[in-house]
Amino acid sequence: MSLWIWLLIACAMAYAWKLMGYFVPARLLKDPRMSRVAGTMTIGLLASLTVVNTVASGQSLAADARLGALAAAAIALALRAPFLVVVVLGAGTAAVLRMLGWN
Amino acid sequence: MKLLSSPAVRVGLSISVATGLYGVSFGALSVTSGLDFWQTMALSLLLFSGGSQFAFIGVVSGGGSGIAAMSAATLLGMRNGIYGMQLNALLHPTGWRKYVAAQVTIDESTATSTGQTDPAEQRRGFWAAGIGIYVLWNLFTAVGALAGSGLGDPKQWGLDGAAVAAFLALLWPRLKGREPIAIAVACAVATVAAVPFVPAGVPILVAAVVAAAIGWYSHGRSDEGLEPDVEPYRGHHHRGAEHRGGEDRQRGKGVSGADA
Repeated sequence: MSLWIWLLIACAMAYAWKLMGYFVPARLLKDPRMSRVAGTMTIGLLASLTVVNTVASGQSLAADARLGALAAAAIALALRAPFLVVVVLGAGTAAVLRMLGWN
Repeated sequence: MKLLSSPAVRVGLSISVATGLYGVSFGALSVTSGLDFWQTMALSLLLFSGGSQFAFIGVVSGGGSGIAAMSAATLLGMRNGIYGMQLNALLHPTGWRKYVAAQVTIDESTATSTGQTDPAEQRRGFWAAGIGIYVLWNLFTAVGALAGSGLGDPKQWGLDGAAVAAFLALLWPRLKGREPIAIAVACAVATVAAVPFVPAGVPILVAAVVAAAIGWYSHGRSDEGLEPDVEPYRGHHHRGAEHRGGEDRQRGKGVSGADA
């Protein structure tokens, strides 16, 4: 139940950010610092989410089939594969590695 | 139809299909992360911002708390506020349109709009991409969620590997140049270092603080990291498109400056 509450707060906050953009005075745009922080934070958060989903198991670090998924995704992205292909390749690589006995 | 002859509408619709399709992966990953069907749909209908939605379920599936998931999603949503300022200066929506425009203000609708030069085309591009993605993203989220809940053990299908690939694919288009790569590496290292010492979900927030500090004190491009997940103009302008987005955003600022 409490997940629902945080989920709805997240939805409200997301809309608040979006709407704020339309009501903030235009001259604030002249401060490039805010958009730089928004941009670097986007990069940082996505990098962090990638790493957490690859090597974290709760509070410990693990090297398992997910590392293979990361490598496969990186190769596919370097070859300019579309998003959905990258995701399917990531899943397939992890599944195959697991079948071969690498957890 | 006259609308379909508009280049911005055509770009907007093709980006809608490309983005909508990967809603399948969001839907499937969300239900295997432990969210139910309606929680998954609530994220796509109400939150509606790919990166933030993936962040929310990514924290939950890693065992993080609801508040950590909410925080990660909210921090990732900050850039939509920046897009809102740009679009407000470009399109000047009024009345109720402002509130609708806000909901469909995301990476792709912003990029489709700012990639055009004619004001009428900018407006058509924004609405075509915004509404088109909203409809298809929600439709395909539902498809993915229904398919995902029938899969059984998600690990057997490598769905944890799918999540890894999805996050890397969201990050990838933003790694243009040396500085973004350095930021990504710094935040990855900070995350790994934090994992053993803080509760699940919190390492992501540690990385956000590191990234914000870098942004605050550095002097990189002001639109760094503000690239769409799927580039609407890729293939049309080749490498020039990368710079084009930046220039157009700068121009957007010029427009607003004239207003003030």
